[in-house]
Amino acid sequence: MTDQRILIVEDSPTMRQLLVFALKRLKGAEIVEAQDGMDGLRKVTGDHFDLAFVDINMPVMDGLKLISLIRGEPSLASMPICVITTEGAKEDRARAIALGANEYLTKPIQANKVLAVAKSLLKLDG
Amino acid sequence: MSETDENKGRERGEAVLAIFQRGAEFTKQLLDENSRLRRELSDVQQRHSHAAQSDDEWDKLRQELTTKIEELENQNHTMLEQLRSIEGENLHFAERYVEVEEENNHLANLYVASYQLHSTLDSGEVVKVILEIVINLIGAEIFCVYVCEEGTGVLTPVAVEGDDVSECPSLQVGEGFVGESVETGEVAIGNPAEEGRRPSQGGQPVVSIPLRVDDRPVGAIVIFKLLQQKDGFSALDNELFTLLAGHAATAIFASRLYAQSERKLSTIQGFIDLLTN
Repeated sequence: MTDQRILIVEDSPTMRQLLVFALKRLKGAEIVEAQDGMDGLRKVTGDHFDLAFVDINMPVMDGLKLISLIRGEPSLASMPICVITTEGAKEDRARAIALGANEYLTKPIQANKVLAVAKSLLKLDG
Repeated sequence: MSETDENKGRERGEAVLAIFQRGAEFTKQLLDENSRLRRELSDVQQRHSHAAQSDDEWDKLRQELTTKIEELENQNHTMLEQLRSIEGENLHFAERYVEVEEENNHLANLYVASYQLHSTLDSGEVVKVILEIVINLIGAEIFCVYVCEEGTGVLTPVAVEGDDVSECPSLQVGEGFVGESVETGEVAIGNPAEEGRRPSQGGQPVVSIPLRVDDRPVGAIVIFKLLQQKDGFSALDNELFTLLAGHAATAIFASRLYAQSERKLSTIQGFIDLLTN
């Protein structure tokens, strides 16, 4: 049983729905959606979250900018972040990790991988 | 008697006394050893009284022990068999768990794809959803969505990822790799070794997914290149192709009908307004 709050920052409704679908298997977890980086920043600074999934390619504010702003805020510095990217290139992962992301998922994503990453970052057993 | 003689006499007396003391200790040790040996003898006699007294009894005892050993070996064998059987069942359940998890993933993807395709009646939104599904769930980098013009059978590109839509050539139902796939309604898989070039550069499709409603061709989704991290198609991809072939087609068809009905409604409304005013 968890009482974790998870933020999904993703512009694609399809991806958001798939992420929500996967993360709903974490019993008791509350999932909040944001449709771009700016919306995500508003939500993450206005409330407490235990984990964030952030897409890299988004309108208004991209995921890399959002991660750098989150990591610049001392109260959010320790929140685990998993980036989602369409590119498998190592440079993109490296950039995201260098900015402070803890983990990454490359598209096409699968529900079980999302769940495994969430459990690992939230330090949940099983 | 001199003092020297007196000392010698005392020393001799002490020596005799020490000899007697050692003798007493030795006697005590002998008595202890004797009593230990008696106890041991008694134990041996007791054991002997319980043991077989004749050859027949020895044979009987041997037989009993052999039978007991056989029974224990059989039990051991049975338990090993049961252990192997339980291990086999565990392995079977573990495999089933993996299969169920995989199926769950498939269903999640199919549910999301189907839900999103039927979440709108706006043709632009439907095409956007198709693009999202092909990028996010299938993992394509270069692909094109074609819509079939009714009557002419011309497949016109309406959305492209990784290329310029205005430079993509139109196709004809029944002609070429894509056209034949749309005509037959069968998903066509091309040669993955030829992937990479854009449609505007004459790239060869890796896969053509025909979009049909009953026997009516609606369009096609044609993939030219997969994402870098994606090597080949999985069972889930094939299920998504099937889902897209049916659901994307109905979603496009429904959005077209809706747009037509909206236009007609607007025309009729205008006509009524003209008559009544």
